[in-house]
Amino acid sequence: MTTTSPDIIDLLAGITAGSALDRIRAHRPETREQAQKSYLALFQPADFGDVSAADRHAIASFVAGLHRQPDIFEFYTSPFEDSDTDRWLIEVIKAEIGAGRATGPYGNYPDGPLNGENQTGPLYQVSQSSREALGPKLSAALEHAHLLIFHLRDASPQALQALLDAGWTTNGVVTLSQLVSFVAFQIRVITGLGLLSTATKRAAA
Amino acid sequence: MTEHAIIPIVENPPVTFTQAEIGWTPWLQPLPEEELTEPHLKGLVEAGRAKSPYFRLLVRDPEVLEARTKTDKDIFYNTHSGLPRAERELAATAASRYNGCIFCASVHSRFASHHSKRSEDVQKLLDEGVETDLGERWNAIVAASVALTATPPAFGEEHISRLSAVGLDELEIADVIHGAAFFNWANRLMLSLGEPTPAN
Repeated sequence: MTTTSPDIIDLLAGITAGSALDRIRAHRPETREQAQKSYLALFQPADFGDVSAADRHAIASFVAGLHRQPDIFEFYTSPFEDSDTDRWLIEVIKAEIGAGRATGPYGNYPDGPLNGENQTGPLYQVSQSSREALGPKLSAALEHAHLLIFHLRDASPQALQALLDAGWTTNGVVTLSQLVSFVAFQIRVITGLGLLSTATKRAAA
Repeated sequence: MTEHAIIPIVENPPVTFTQAEIGWTPWLQPLPEEELTEPHLKGLVEAGRAKSPYFRLLVRDPEVLEARTKTDKDIFYNTHSGLPRAERELAATAASRYNGCIFCASVHSRFASHHSKRSEDVQKLLDEGVETDLGERWNAIVAASVALTATPPAFGEEHISRLSAVGLDELEIADVIHGAAFFNWANRLMLSLGEPTPAN
């Protein structure tokens, strides 16, 4: 089965067929195609393996919210809008985005001369009420996503162990890590190309 | 079966940014080389990557790894037009320096030095950080990469104007954006799935 999907970066960066940015992206056809394939491999895989579709969208929505990107947040929550069983997730994730807001990157370097560049910042934990709603696995995934988004240099084997203890498999942790990291990439391409598109249109006007 | 994270004992780990060829060791079990199947080998893109613990760990999700690797290669190696290799690597180095990924910064600072022949300037970026003065063209590329790397992104039209002012056209600016953005993918994997080890 083939599902046709629009190019997500074009869609969210406001790049239309025939525009200047469309022509610029055409110089990197493989980048365009493979960024889209990465998106499809993470959000429409043939086999969801150890990470459910709902978990993938919940985590991506949280990541978009932490980046303060309302359009990308809405894009990733849209399957929940249409779902009778998962609609509640949107409000819970919104509350957690509010609790997890920060400015990054911060965190500590390994002991040595770089310690002078250590920057303190909040350590985020899912609230008790959200934890009850989300369950231990998704709660642990959101806490790990927050670490990866804001204070990636505080990552540790213990942080991975917390995911395994919450019920994630090693394969699942790899997929989760790719998902959070991919969305961090995708958001930056959308932000950057979106602004470049605006600047190019203005220059042409 | 309960799976466990690996807590490696690393003697004399790298604790500063360096252009030396340092190593990396995983915190989760990579797939053993002898267990790699056809779909795994396809996901690795290059057969030689089966020797790398990093890629044998990521190949646990082969489809994503394959698409990621091909994205990476086109962003950095497709130089028929657009930004010179050196400056794509500079964007990667600046993002890695700002995020604090000692391993990624080592690899890509080496590439930036190799392609630009400006290894002292690259070292200055590693030693002094992203605010250092490397001349206006490089400063503009570093500033744009850093602004895009911040969370939430602090990248604005002023960064685009500054890149235009030093002579970058739109495709070249798009290359800066992709180079920095891609390292916000790579840094997060490298930093969270393992740690750097000393040069041999």
